[in-house]
This record gives sequence, structure tokens and C-alpha cells, in this order.
Amino acid sequence: MTDLEEIQTFIDRFVRQGMRGALLPLLHAVQEEFGHVDPKAVPLIADALNLSRAEVHGVISFYHDFRTAAPARHVVKLCRAESCQSRGSAAIEAELSRHLGVAMGNSRKDGQVALEPVYCLGLCAIGPNALVDDRPVARIDSAAVERITSEVEA
Amino acid sequence: MTRVFVSKDMASVALGADGLARAFADAGCEVVRTGSRGLFSIEPLVEVETDGARIAYGPVGPGDVAAVLDGSHPARIGAIEAHPFFASQQRFTFARCGVTDPLNLADYAANGGWKGLEAAFSLSPQEVVDAVKASGLRGRGGAGFPTGIKWQTVLDTDADEKFIVCNADEGDSGTFADRMLMEGDPYCLIEGMAIAGHAVGATHGYIYIRSEYPFAIEAMREAIARSAGKVAPFTLEVRVGAGAYVCGEETALLDSIEGRRGQVRAKPPLPAIEGLWGKPTVINNVLSLAAVPFILAEGAQAYADVGFGRSRGTMPIQIAGNVKNGGLYEVGFGVTLGELVDEIGGGTASGRPVRAVQVGGPLGAYFPPSMFHLPFDYEAFAQAGGLIGHAGITVFDDSVDMAHMARFAMEFCAVESCGKCTPCRIGSTRGVELIDRIVAKAPRESGALEAMPQIRNTKGAARTHDEEIDLLRDLCDTMKYGSLCALGGFTPYPVLSALDHFREDFGGASALPEAAE
Repeated sequence: MTDLEEIQTFIDRFVRQGMRGALLPLLHAVQEEFGHVDPKAVPLIADALNLSRAEVHGVISFYHDFRTAAPARHVVKLCRAESCQSRGSAAIEAELSRHLGVAMGNSRKDGQVALEPVYCLGLCAIGPNALVDDRPVARIDSAAVERITSEVEA
Repeated sequence: MTRVFVSKDMASVALGADGLARAFADAGCEVVRTGSRGLFSIEPLVEVETDGARIAYGPVGPGDVAAVLDGSHPARIGAIEAHPFFASQQRFTFARCGVTDPLNLADYAANGGWKGLEAAFSLSPQEVVDAVKASGLRGRGGAGFPTGIKWQTVLDTDADEKFIVCNADEGDSGTFADRMLMEGDPYCLIEGMAIAGHAVGATHGYIYIRSEYPFAIEAMREAIARSAGKVAPFTLEVRVGAGAYVCGEETALLDSIEGRRGQVRAKPPLPAIEGLWGKPTVINNVLSLAAVPFILAEGAQAYADVGFGRSRGTMPIQIAGNVKNGGLYEVGFGVTLGELVDEIGGGTASGRPVRAVQVGGPLGAYFPPSMFHLPFDYEAFAQAGGLIGHAGITVFDDSVDMAHMARFAMEFCAVESCGKCTPCRIGSTRGVELIDRIVAKAPRESGALEAMPQIRNTKGAARTHDEEIDLLRDLCDTMKYGSLCALGGFTPYPVLSALDHFREDFGGASALPEAAE
């Protein structure tokens, strides 16, 4: 549970830059700092940018990147787009899901790891690809699935 | 001290370039981190400076350092420029990518950098626009609209403020040229945007980069800070997307920069007249803007001399998917699909026969090998029922299920639809259901709906398999002509091309004889 006052201070500091169209950059900054965008922060953000709460909520819910709850300790984002599919990503997805013990698009109950879909990382000639805690991994095979699994279990 | 060059491109890093660079540094070498040369089958790649020339080795790992340094390693390639994948390219836009240190300003200037901007500053805005028009440059984002005409409109529109926006929301699977350029030669894009600013009278620019490209975001931010003095009074800023594919559509992208949901705007008004915050805005793809410095530095004619028909200049083609020699291949328009896939790409990585290639990302058509004679040209592809798009080619071997790929196209559209227009928002979901029924050979039964007294125009019996396919075509027609933007409008391309060329995957006989080849 993040302290609202802390979020308010953070927002105030950000808004002082006077950036035009500041909502997305501010949401990114809040998520970067606090791990997610707490729904309780929505009125604060709306107030700071002179927007309605509906506008802020609308933006948060529109973009896949913004989270409203704390993320798992490790996040594996596996590409599901065409180029990775042509290189066997469907089988890798099933294997990874089995090894990590979590279905695609979910966080494991113990909060250790989340498996999320991503549509293209721009590494399309060397798939299947993933971002493991923001580190790019390419040419994922069964051995790589085991490496990723032991990495995120640690 | 021996100088070695190792890429820090995201793809190279994903293949282990960081460990390789560390190993060479530990061995006492001076390691220069560059962009990627663009051929991933030889990465991780290292180039060792020997007697003023660069000798490449790849793929190599951290354990190969000693053998590389004494020249005995078997993965010796020699001069990269002589490698067949590179020797046949015409690198106008990617001339420096993989060669120079991307953030080194002296390196940039020593390799032809800023020459285009200096030439532009010596010309009037109208003369710059005329040069871009004369080059025949067309929008590299996919639509192929003449860049010079777009700039002319912005130049001719009076306003107190104008903007240059770079669309770096490269969301199409099978494309990575924007990413490679931003990571490997960011000043080239900055130079192109500064030239555009001078040409239309804009003083501020935005580069909208997708959040899936953290390396490119970092490289561009750093490059903007370092080159600020060079492009002044023009200023630049990076804006980061948030995982919405539709923001690659230009008007949705503008809404996103303004801080709103990335929803598509109806056109007109064109962004060139009423764009960002209602002001005249040049919005171009990374590759369009990055092609401009060459045009100004070398002359419009030098660019226009290369190409095919009405497609002038070069295209950085991205060969991706299940292919042996995947990577970035920049060449003049006119090269055939077959040359790209079979000769340059070397066929599939799995060694199985090629069954289909998708050109132009998730909204591009699937072509069978019987259409490999098609020349890479906007008009030729449009005529064949497809599009070049951002020039990504995704190769599939014979294990692909094309009905599954058609379903995926609809599913992707349903997930990523901005929701503003009905054909895209609802049509995509209905498309998924319809393809599911077609594949399961379970046509829709006559149900409670048909029995209602208000419904008079249904036949009241179950549909046949063929009727379901007709309905899918009908739905595609509605989406194609009724959607506001290319997301709903182009999703029919992969669906219909799969249906036309690979009918056997949808249950029933092949519709076109060539698909049986």
C-alpha cells in the first residue's frame, strides 16, 4: 500500500515541468516509481492535470501497459505475434506456462512470476522471443525455457 | 590496443552480444559498441580492426576470444561488405548502421552526417520540399503517400505553430527497421526531422516510440540531448507508447501524444492541416524521415535513379520469421519476393518447404510461393491483393495452419481495436466466431433468432459450409470499406488471402489451382 501523500508529492514534482499532453508520461512515471498506478491516485492525477477522473481512468484502461495492481516479482513477456509463431512460439508458450505454473496472461498466486503476452519485440528473425524482467531473450528453445524458469524462481 | 566492434542492438543483446563485448574487454581490447549490421544468422558478431580494415567473425561466443584475436577462428567472415548478404545491398538509409558508434557525434560527422542538414539550411523551405518531391520518396510506414506532397501541404498552411511527428510505433510483427535505425544511427533520424522542420516551418518535434523498444527509447533520448546544439532552434522530445498497437495509426498516435486514449480520428481534416493540438503536422514514419538526409546530401536524382515504376529509391526490407538468413536488407524497389525469400533469405530455418509469406505485418496478405515473381513495388502488391506495408516479410514453412493464421488476424484486431468504429470493433469478434465455426465444420444452426416474427429475411434453415465462407467474405468486405482506419480496413487482407490461396485449410477443396502447388 503506497502512501497517497508520497504519490501526491511525486505528481506535483512531475507536473511542475509544464509538459504538454502530460498524462501518458505521468502515468509511465508513476508506474515506474510505484510499480503500478493505484486507482486511489486517479483523482490526484486528474486534479493535477485539470482532467476528469473519467478521462484518466479511460486512458489507464485503454493502454495494455498500465497496471492498477502491484505486479509479480518477475514478469516474463512472451511474444505471440506472427513471426514468433512461424518459429514455434505456440509450443514454447505451452511449455513455459507449464514450467512456470501459470497460464498466459496471469500472475502466479504466490506473486513470484507473471506470464504476459506481448505482440512483437522487433526481434523477428530470431524468435521465439521474450522479455524476462526487461532483458531480451531470443531463440527460446526447451533449454532456454528451463533457464528462464530457474532464473525467475530464484 | 586492438579495437573490436560489437553491436549493442537489442537483437544482438538478445543473442548474447553483451557477454561477448565483456569478454573482449577483459582480454584487453578496446570495444566499440555499434548498431547491428543486420544479418542475425552471423550474430553475435565481432569485427576486429586489423591493418585499418575490419575483419568479421560470427557467430562467436565469449569462449572464442583467443581464437578470434589470433585469427584462427573457423567462423571468420572477412570484410562484412564482401559477404553476399551485404554485397548486393544499396544502403542509402542504413549506410552507417552497424559501422559507427551510434551516439558518437564525431563518428557521425566523419561518416557523412549533417551534410543533408547543411544543404537544407542553404536552401529555402520550398526548395527543400521540391527536392523531397523530386526524389519520389513515398511514406515508408505503409501507405506510400508521397512525402513531398505532405510537406507541401504543411508548408502552405498558415499557423502560429507547426509540428514534426515521427511515427516510431513499429508494432507490425516481422518489422524491425525503425528499431534498428533508432538504435544504430539515431542522429540520422534527428537530422531528417530537423530538415523537415526547416522545410515546413516547425520548431518542435516528437518521436513516438513504442514501449516494447526500451533500447531505442534510451538511444534516442541520449542522442537528442547530445545533438541539441546541432539542430537548434529545432527541439525534439521522445514520447513513449503504452502497448496499444492502434497508436501506430497516425491520428490515434496524435491523440496519444495529446494524452488521450489512442482513438482514431476521422479524416478529413488531414493531420497536415489540423494535426497535433489542431496545428499543421508532418507525421512520417522513421524510415521516411531517415531517408531525407541522403536526398538532401546526395541530391534528389541520386535517390530517384534507384527503384521500380512509381516506387523510387530504396526500401529497407526486413526478412523475418522462419527463414535461414533473416535480417535487414536495403535495396532498390523491384527485387522479387522469390529472390528475397529463397536466394537472400536462403529458405526456411527449419529446412522445410516455404508454404506462405506474409508481407507487411499483421495486416498484410499471405502469398504462396507461386506468387514469388511479384516485384517489390507498391502498385504490384496492391494489384495482387496485398500491400508492402512497412516491408516486413514473415516466412512460414509447411507446418503452418492458414485458417489458424486467419483467425489470429481477426483475434488480434479484436484485441487491439480502438473501439471507435463498429466494423472493426464488432466485425473482428464476429470474424473469430465465424472462422471457428468454419474450421470446426459446424455451420450456424437456425436458432431462436430466426424464429422471431420480426426476422423475415432469413431462410430459417442451418447455413452450409459454403454459406459460412461467403458470410466471412461479406464481413471482410464490410470491414475493408467501412472501417475508419487501416486496422479494421486491412485485417481482411490476411484473412481473404489465406482463404483465396490456402482454401484447403478451411475445409473443402482448393479454390485457386496455384494454392495446390
